[in-house]
Amino acid sequence: MVTDAEGGGHVHSAPTGFIRKYIFSLDHKVIGIQYLLLALFSVFLGMALSLLMRIHLAWPTMKLPFMGGVMKPEDYLALVTMHGSIMVFMVLTTAPQSGFGNYFLPIQIGAEDMAFPVLNMLSFWTTFISLVVMASAFFVPEGAPISGWTAYVPLSAVGEQAGPGQGAGQTLWVIGVAIFCAASLMGALNFITTLVDLRAKGMSLMRLPLTCWAWFVTAILGLLAFGVLLAACALLLLDRTAGTSFFIPGGLVFTDQVLISHKGGSPLLWQHLFWFFGHPEVYIAILPGMGVASHLLSTFARKPVFGYKAMVGAICGIGFLGFCVWGHHMFVSGMSPYSAFAFSLLTMTIGVPSAIKTFNWLGTLWGGRIQFTASMMFALGFVSLFVTGGLSGLFLAQPTLDLYFHDTYFVVAHFHLIMGVAAIFGIFGAMYFWYPKMFGRMLNEGLGKIHFWLTFIGVYAIFMPMHYLGIAGHERRYADTTGVNYLKPLQPVHVFITYAAIITISAQLIFLFNFLYSLKWGKKAVDNPWNATTLEWSVPSPPPFDNFGGKHVQVYRGAYEFGIAGHSEDFIPQYADPEKVSEAH
Amino acid sequence: MSRKGPEQGSTTVALALSLFLLIFTAITVYLFVAKTWWFPPAITVEGHQFDAQFSRTLWITGIVFVAAQLGLALAIFRFREQGKPVHYFEGHNGMEILWTLATFVLFVGLGLYAENAWASVHFIGAAPGALPIEVTAQQFAWNFRYAGPDGVFGRTKPELVSASTGNAVGIDPTDPFGKDDVVSPGEIAVPAGREVDLTLKSLDVTHSFYVRELRLKQDAVPGMQIHLHFTADVPGTYELACAELCGLGHYKMRATFLVLSEPDFEKWMQQQIAANQ
Repeated sequence: MVTDAEGGGHVHSAPTGFIRKYIFSLDHKVIGIQYLLLALFSVFLGMALSLLMRIHLAWPTMKLPFMGGVMKPEDYLALVTMHGSIMVFMVLTTAPQSGFGNYFLPIQIGAEDMAFPVLNMLSFWTTFISLVVMASAFFVPEGAPISGWTAYVPLSAVGEQAGPGQGAGQTLWVIGVAIFCAASLMGALNFITTLVDLRAKGMSLMRLPLTCWAWFVTAILGLLAFGVLLAACALLLLDRTAGTSFFIPGGLVFTDQVLISHKGGSPLLWQHLFWFFGHPEVYIAILPGMGVASHLLSTFARKPVFGYKAMVGAICGIGFLGFCVWGHHMFVSGMSPYSAFAFSLLTMTIGVPSAIKTFNWLGTLWGGRIQFTASMMFALGFVSLFVTGGLSGLFLAQPTLDLYFHDTYFVVAHFHLIMGVAAIFGIFGAMYFWYPKMFGRMLNEGLGKIHFWLTFIGVYAIFMPMHYLGIAGHERRYADTTGVNYLKPLQPVHVFITYAAIITISAQLIFLFNFLYSLKWGKKAVDNPWNATTLEWSVPSPPPFDNFGGKHVQVYRGAYEFGIAGHSEDFIPQYADPEKVSEAH
Repeated sequence: MSRKGPEQGSTTVALALSLFLLIFTAITVYLFVAKTWWFPPAITVEGHQFDAQFSRTLWITGIVFVAAQLGLALAIFRFREQGKPVHYFEGHNGMEILWTLATFVLFVGLGLYAENAWASVHFIGAAPGALPIEVTAQQFAWNFRYAGPDGVFGRTKPELVSASTGNAVGIDPTDPFGKDDVVSPGEIAVPAGREVDLTLKSLDVTHSFYVRELRLKQDAVPGMQIHLHFTADVPGTYELACAELCGLGHYKMRATFLVLSEPDFEKWMQQQIAANQ
């Protein structure tokens, strides 16, 4: 199905005032950058929270800033909750999809903007409100919630008697997440419509850059998953404020007092609803990174993507299977052991498309001539991290083994490597690659490489030892190691991890400096600094308001035409007119 | 237009990156072999089955891990920019089919293999004659109830729960079956070599029963009664810890888990009965 760019005619003209241009902008490029800045703020906030946690874990009696002295266990859990929530929602969902996707999906398919520019603006500002509401939980008297980003009921449902932060803080969290769901639904609709309707002439589905495939499937996941979480949050809010009992069973006892106002609810219902969203969410975070990695590996190995169709199939396969495996988070929850059997096998099956992608990445590199730009190094790091983080999933997918590893540091290691750090490497790869297009100037490559090395070594030093903590049985979400005797010998590992975290987090300041410095003093970027093939490189850096300056966009070939023999150049852009490309083709 | 720049120093970068992957892989493998931080010894038959399945999974993932990381390192070094043209190809259907099938058989086969151990714990309940023990979790304590000589637990009611007056699980004094029930706060004992049938309950929020040496974890969910059965073979003193986030005291919600020889278990039980009088 090939549609003409006519359908995507601009419904709005270039704004002139500051507010319409930069604040309430309808331009997908400005909105993309707004999302990226929101994610940049959030990632530093989230890292600061994790730094406080790490310092407390290594030196539990140390007096800390912002904590009013030695950290209390409830404050530690508030940090756990807010770190997870901010990172998952405001960084991993926001930066790769809403940020880079917003900016580059329309340009890569040859559209002038997203299909619904006003909806696009609304979805950003709704996300912004969601961040404000969620973060405001820090400032209510009892503090932020302590039930983790998973907000398991009844802990999250019964209010203050379950602990500090479970009053107003938890309510703000639920409302914040619900608003985020609404924002994500708007964004997902926009992405899907844009990709289906606004592709330029000649941009058939099988000529799409893999980044676009990833954003497309991610948007479908978002559309199906966030609706369920929104409903779950609405029910939880009703339980908390309106006296309903969707999740709260009868006869609960807190400090010898029976909670008489509720009966008949099911704690497992929350877990099912949450993980029906929560597992696809993992792929919402990582699929765009996979698309970016494929794109970068091909561009900088100067070779076509190995097995393009298999890659598309794998993205779709992961997207579909991603909805069939949520129960693997619930092997110890008390759900039927027979369903655990099915969830386990389906989870093992999802390893197959993941493996296909890894093989194809290696196949893409094989026989290439690899250029080690900072962007490429992050893409290579992504592959390494994806393998490492993915393989530990094979342990956790087996219910027998999960009975030991569930809720230990083994799980913390697993999901941080695959959905946290690998996704972040995808974001960094994308940032070093597309920064010149977005801001018209190059990021400093030398600083980029230093940033890569410190981050790559650092994240492995942080997260690999956590596997061993998990094997030794160390539970996650423990405020310190003093409560259970067998944890005491593990304390030196915590100290090591904390040193690694301090260095790795400090190294991100190099990136921040590079980002800000290069805005003004970076080397001027040409239209196509990487000799890449996709449509965004056919336009000036940064692109004009309507992306293509009114030009008629036509696409003549697939997205990864690198290394074809018999040409003066080693690449043929998608937009190069066949009559002007040399005869040898 | 010539492409200058990226190939400059690419050998150094390629070498450094490949070496790093090599060293990283070696350290990871070493730490899994050295077992510096490792499981405590298992004390049940199922625990040994767990160890065997862990070992199988570790071998398979270990081989894939080493092959993939070293394959990546090799590709990075061998195919670094050297000014030579690339070897153009877009893929290979035969190889796609081969590795799709191979990983499917390997991963799903591993999953199927593991199901036996899962079924033996969860598809069947405890055998008749297993010792019933009721485990009641609450913020942030564990209480263990034994049925006493009559072998039947007395009725409990939430409104009777009163830790301060010694009725931590809310036993109904009007129920004759409850008269001989024995409640042990913070310490559970099981006889070595005899199967026990735990009933997990929670008074308030979700907790999780976790004993490393049993290789078992099971949530205690309010409103549900979840069974867990095992036979511990090795007498000793172990620790039970809460593994599901339950509030500010989660990190210290522990209990002592004793596996005692039959005579020691009887002795322990007499002490509990005396303490419950």
